[in-house]
Amino acid sequence: MCAASSPVAGRDGLAVLDAEEIRRALTRIAHEILERTHGGDEVILLGIPTRGVPLAHRLAALIGEFEGLEVPCGSLDITMHRDDLRLHPARALGRTDLPADGVDGKTVVLVDDVLYSGRTVRAALDALNDLGRPRAVQLAVLVDRGHRELPIRADYVGKNLPTSQREVVRVLLTEVDAQDAVMIGDSGGQS
Amino acid sequence: MTADDEARWLIRGVTIAGGGQQQPGVTDILLGGGSVVAVESGLNHSGVRVLDAEGLVALPGLVDLHTHLREPGREDAETVETGTAAAALGGYTAVHAMANTEPVADTAGVVEQVWRLGRAAGHCDVQPVGAVTVGLGGTRLAELGTMADSVARVRLFSDDGRCVADPLLMRRALEYVKAFDGVIAQHAQDPRLTEGAQLNEGEMSARLGLVGWPAVAEEAIIARDCLLAAHVGSALHICHVSTAGSVEIIRWAKSKGWPVTAEVTPHHLLLTDELAAGYDPVFKVNPPLRTAADVAELRRALGDGTIDCVATDHAPHPVEAKETEWPEAAFGMTGLETALRVVQQAMVDTGLLDWAGVADRMSARPARIGRLTGHGVPLAAGAPANLTLYDPAAPAEAVLAAGASKSRNTPFAGLELPGRVVATFLRGKPTVLDGKLC
Amino acid sequence: MKRHLISAADLTRADAVLILDTAEELAALADRPIKKLPTLRGRTVVNLFYEDSTRTRISFEAAAKRLSADVINFSAKGSSVAKGESLKDTALTLEAMGADAVVIRHPASGAAHRLAEWVQGSVLNAGDGTHEHPTQALLDAFTIRRRLKGDGGGAAGRAGTRGAGLDGIRVTIVGDVLHSRVARSNVLLLSTLGAEVTLAAPPTLLPLAVGTWPCAVSYDLDTELPKSDVVMMLRVQQERMTAAYFPSVREYSRRYGLDTARMGRLPEHAIVMHPGPMNRGVEIAAEVADSARSTIVEQVANGVTTRMAVLYLLLSGTEFPEVAQ
Repeated sequence: MCAASSPVAGRDGLAVLDAEEIRRALTRIAHEILERTHGGDEVILLGIPTRGVPLAHRLAALIGEFEGLEVPCGSLDITMHRDDLRLHPARALGRTDLPADGVDGKTVVLVDDVLYSGRTVRAALDALNDLGRPRAVQLAVLVDRGHRELPIRADYVGKNLPTSQREVVRVLLTEVDAQDAVMIGDSGGQS
Repeated sequence: MTADDEARWLIRGVTIAGGGQQQPGVTDILLGGGSVVAVESGLNHSGVRVLDAEGLVALPGLVDLHTHLREPGREDAETVETGTAAAALGGYTAVHAMANTEPVADTAGVVEQVWRLGRAAGHCDVQPVGAVTVGLGGTRLAELGTMADSVARVRLFSDDGRCVADPLLMRRALEYVKAFDGVIAQHAQDPRLTEGAQLNEGEMSARLGLVGWPAVAEEAIIARDCLLAAHVGSALHICHVSTAGSVEIIRWAKSKGWPVTAEVTPHHLLLTDELAAGYDPVFKVNPPLRTAADVAELRRALGDGTIDCVATDHAPHPVEAKETEWPEAAFGMTGLETALRVVQQAMVDTGLLDWAGVADRMSARPARIGRLTGHGVPLAAGAPANLTLYDPAAPAEAVLAAGASKSRNTPFAGLELPGRVVATFLRGKPTVLDGKLC
Repeated sequence: MKRHLISAADLTRADAVLILDTAEELAALADRPIKKLPTLRGRTVVNLFYEDSTRTRISFEAAAKRLSADVINFSAKGSSVAKGESLKDTALTLEAMGADAVVIRHPASGAAHRLAEWVQGSVLNAGDGTHEHPTQALLDAFTIRRRLKGDGGGAAGRAGTRGAGLDGIRVTIVGDVLHSRVARSNVLLLSTLGAEVTLAAPPTLLPLAVGTWPCAVSYDLDTELPKSDVVMMLRVQQERMTAAYFPSVREYSRRYGLDTARMGRLPEHAIVMHPGPMNRGVEIAAEVADSARSTIVEQVANGVTTRMAVLYLLLSGTEFPEVAQ
């Protein structure tokens, strides 16, 4: 989901995931991360602003709950690496907050709310490349709505959501929007 | 000489401003042999050319006390030919050509050259102004007497462009010209207070970071020179008055009966220093544009006669002198072609002056101050046939930068001004007809 | 739509805060192994410097290069008309070279305005005569915000400044205000950001119309010091003495110079700034310039960061963003 989001024109849309379902999905992802990284060895979670960040923090909290492990958590703003900057007015930057030990040699799990064209993740990989050399990079998303424009795939998916390109998928999180839900609505024209 | 010169002209249905007749109103004017033959309604003479002047105002031909024709020396900016053409289109039948040419008009030789060029061009009479000091250097008097005796008959002397700053020299000049009824015209600008000055000292100059040109630099010189003129009993004329404070001083001097006269430019009646906000040097002029309060006071003063006349200070400059950074740009604005329209906008349409007043301020008084015979004479039988026909009701039109002047530096470009000069006659011969040069 | 940055008055409070916040994010770049971002790749930035100023030129150059822009340096001494090609002709040449942005420093006030009439790209004013120097004011504001609004103070105070202005911060600017483009830009920008600005100078070095500016005026530096959170010293040129702006350098220094005694009268947290270059011993004592309160060195680094932010916001997209007030 693009960083500069605006309200969906028209109705709010239909909720396809409620708070409880989101919680279960994140719980599952947290377990999967632990499974596939040998118990979270040298893992850091980097959320992509805006909503990837609270999701990353929730995953870190869940992992802490299950394994008593403190996984370093931060944010990675990708604005400067976007491929569509010249098409719009300049965008405000989000926060980049790296854990103290950096990314060299770590397994970086990028966290975002929606995976769509894959361009955001491509930008994140470029941004990450300038920060250091991770051992591996994985991707966790709450929703995969299909329609990839680049050869990018997620390692951990909360829910697969087939959509038409006319539809808009919005993730609402308490930390940002005062509620938890995943909404599908008719297009306001955004990609 | 063509048949036109011998032709008689009947100007029909015109309103005379500043005329000598007892019954003002719509009338006819017959011109012949270089004079006004008759002023009467219903004139009908055969063998004359007729000009339908319905709705027009007839003014005695305008006289400019302050013009820069740039020739000799700066023909890239203007020549006597192009400058007087612009003057005629503006309704002028006589202009005083300032002395800051290259070489400076400080000898009989140069003033006679300018005089001859004017006669050859034939668009209007050119009365050369002589410099007060040699080379405008401000240290030695120029040969004022020789210039007065020359065929150019110089009576007005000015170092305009520069101030005669030395009080002793100013005193001497004032005294000296008494011998031949001359008048010294001062460009009032204390040089020490205005070193590097670019714009009126005030809010704008502070904001824009341009060196200020304080009003006091003009006022202090005017006060000094009025006192000097009174002391030696000689005629002083103040060029391009630009501040309310200057007006106050002139009013005081006149109340004492001192021999002081003053002029104001059209641009100082309309424009303020706020126009400098974009740093466009077309608004750079000396003295600078001032504040709205100054503009209001100048208008009042012209209205009540404290300021005697409008003088254009027409200052043409080539494109490269104006299309550059402000501090590098030349000072000056053109003004001959737009003067009457600006005066209509600023003075007539605001009710501060009627057309008779315009005739007085733009023809009668300047001719008197310049000691010019044959101009500024009210339109009546026997008067020289120098007149201007003007249409005050012409639809307002935006001023074009391009005109008859060689230069384009008009601050009014794009501004809508009312009125139109329809025709100008010089000693009975048309120099402008239907707004176009003859 | 903002295409240029010519005067600090061009910026609303929201615009200024956006620039500072953007600079805050870009500041971290200095600590990274790769100090480069690809954002302005393919854009050309021309440094058009008509005045000697290695410091500012290098700052803009570093800022542009860190964003992967191509930089072309065009140096000319003195005024365009006197020394050769007119400013307009130079502008047309730059147009033909496809400059996306021109950074101009020029000895004539208003040169940036004129240039903006003749080029299609963005014009950044790096100092025009005695008119303005908006990026200097931005880096000064950024420095003040970091030092005085960030938690934990010190040069690294960062968290918690996002979205913040300079409300309630009292800034005293000291020196030759009349001839200072830094002072003009700072008075405008700092007051836009909510700071309380006071100018301290002898009357001859203040413009006559200073009463219309959004700041207070004082002729007495000593009364202002205990109430200042920031003291910004301006450079005083020796030439001003011959033009009778003040009788002697000694008297100027005695009445308006920031020496150690005066520094001691500042509140504990107060900082001392100087846009540089300094006249050590005239407007500022050497010990003051080198003290912990002095931000003079970090102002240089902050200059690169702030200029990166401005270049990014002007050039990365189609236009400078419309910021909600």
